[in-house]
Amino acid sequence: MGNIIEISGLHFSYPADEGAEASEVLKGIDLTIKEGEFVAVLGHNGSGKSTLAKHINAILLPTEGKVVVNGIDTADEEHIFELRQCAGMVFQNPDNQIVSSVVEEDVAFALENLGVPYDEMRQRVDDALKAVNMYDYRLHSPSQLSGGQKQRIAIAGIIAMQPKCIILDEPTAMLDPQGRKEVMATIRKMNREQGITIVLITHYMDEAAQCDRVVVMDKGTVALDDTPRKVFAQVERVMEIGLDVPQVTELAWELRKAGFDISQGIITEEECVEAVRRLFSDKQLIRKEV
Amino acid sequence: MLKDVTIGQYFPGNSLIHRLDPRFKIIITMIYILMLFTGSSVACLAVGAAYTMIAVFLSHIPLKMFWKSVKPLLPFLFITALLNILLVDGGDVYFKWKFIKITSEGVNISIFMIIRIVLLIMGSSLLTYTTSPITLTDAIERLLSPLRLLKFPVHELAMMMSIALRFVPTLIEETDKIMSAQKARGAEIDSGSFMTRAKNMISILVPLFISSFRRADELATAMECRCYNGGEGRTRLRQLKASARDVIALIITLLFYAAAIAVSIVFNRLMK
Ligand SMILES: Nc1ncnc2c1ncn2[C@@H]1O[C@H](COP(=O)(O)OP(=O)(O)OP(=O)(O)O)[C@@H](O)[C@H]1O
Ligand SMILES: [Mg+2]
Repeated sequence: MGNIIEISGLHFSYPADEGAEASEVLKGIDLTIKEGEFVAVLGHNGSGKSTLAKHINAILLPTEGKVVVNGIDTADEEHIFELRQCAGMVFQNPDNQIVSSVVEEDVAFALENLGVPYDEMRQRVDDALKAVNMYDYRLHSPSQLSGGQKQRIAIAGIIAMQPKCIILDEPTAMLDPQGRKEVMATIRKMNREQGITIVLITHYMDEAAQCDRVVVMDKGTVALDDTPRKVFAQVERVMEIGLDVPQVTELAWELRKAGFDISQGIITEEECVEAVRRLFSDKQLIRKEV
Repeated sequence: MLKDVTIGQYFPGNSLIHRLDPRFKIIITMIYILMLFTGSSVACLAVGAAYTMIAVFLSHIPLKMFWKSVKPLLPFLFITALLNILLVDGGDVYFKWKFIKITSEGVNISIFMIIRIVLLIMGSSLLTYTTSPITLTDAIERLLSPLRLLKFPVHELAMMMSIALRFVPTLIEETDKIMSAQKARGAEIDSGSFMTRAKNMISILVPLFISSFRRADELATAMECRCYNGGEGRTRLRQLKASARDVIALIITLLFYAAAIAVSIVFNRLMK
């Protein structure tokens, strides 16, 4: 499959205040994302994740370099709506991205803007609401919904545009564990069933572990870019960048350090349970070096 | 809790009045106001009152809700009535003492005015009681849309209005949170002297303002991401469809208006 997002030599600085020196936030990023991929972007606060995300649908334009999404250069103003329809974006705070006082009208917002005729709009809104499992709430007011439900409405508003790619900027950061689970399940479903490319910015390592690919950002550059297994196997490197690894990976790593024979690429709970059980059955409980 | 406050004064329901097309409801309300202000005879107001009562009955909204909307205006009504009684001169003199003079004309005009304003408030309350604020905004946008030709920013105003309505509950919730937070830090908000309370209000308003600006910024970005580009070429999910019912309601209102005028003319002749 082709590349949906191609970023090459991307540099960016926010316009500086009067007199101050503009400091570069993105310092030369090269990144390509294939159609249908599920990519997590990690990085500590201020590493430029959100800034990078906003380049994908032309909310920000590169100071230097080029971003091409689905064959459209983001600097091309003529195709900006085509571009934004193709690459939708979901933000952290669900309250600040819901426009309307009625759920179904909010989901329709983008379609109204694009001038989609009524019958088609009705169909697409209903489909989107069903896809995120919120159809029964279509006539509610968003203020009556939980955080997870609001975030799913925001996602429905994006998938109603039928985008090829969705960028989510910490969509679960403000949610309780239940809401996080709902939203992650919805995102994964979109990726699997509709083949939508997902770029998920997150601070939760267990969410990153569920992705196909992890991109770690550090001070405006891409520091690591590989499968979650390979990225998290480099525990020291990841910690040096200022991030955690998933808890189970850290547990396995500590066990290894303590001398147990446990594999390095553990990222899911099941794998960890299995590996620990093997340790027990192998009677390896006695440390090797002792 | 602040959160339970209802915005506007909408009473959800499914009565005949609730189901009328909001555009027609606005037009009908305007005709109704005209009707109250054309004739100046008792007969004309009686027709207006009859019309109001029928509409209130059909709306299934209890009369005491209307009393609630009239009550705050009573002092104002009372003072204007008093001024009218004292200042208007004409007709029979009921009472005279030094410069104070009460005449039949003055009394009549005051009574008219009170009835007229009470009916006016009841009629316009009926509109807001039976139409949700968001529907009302939508209807106003559509009614004013011809003004777009004169470069009047109809869509922009309606969008601002509906976003404001959307954020009322959110901001109420936030105010609640900030208040609790400030109280936990020892701010006296619902006790203490007027001055300390006023000062402490600042400690609530400043964070609220700052967060509103942040929200506005994020919302603008989110709207841009969803291809928002002003009112040009927009289609709508919410469809307003006028039905026979709406036309009938309009015709009935016009008939009442005609009746009010006819009754006034006849009444004036009889009085001569
Ligand atoms: N609108 C802006 N104007 C000026 N500087 C900004 C602006 N937005 C972000 N920055 C700066 O750019 C840098 C990167 O910010 P960015 O929001 O992209 O980081 P992030 O990786 O998303 O962080 P977080 O994890 O906190 O969301 C930060 O140093 C920040 O101060
Ligand atoms: Mg960010």
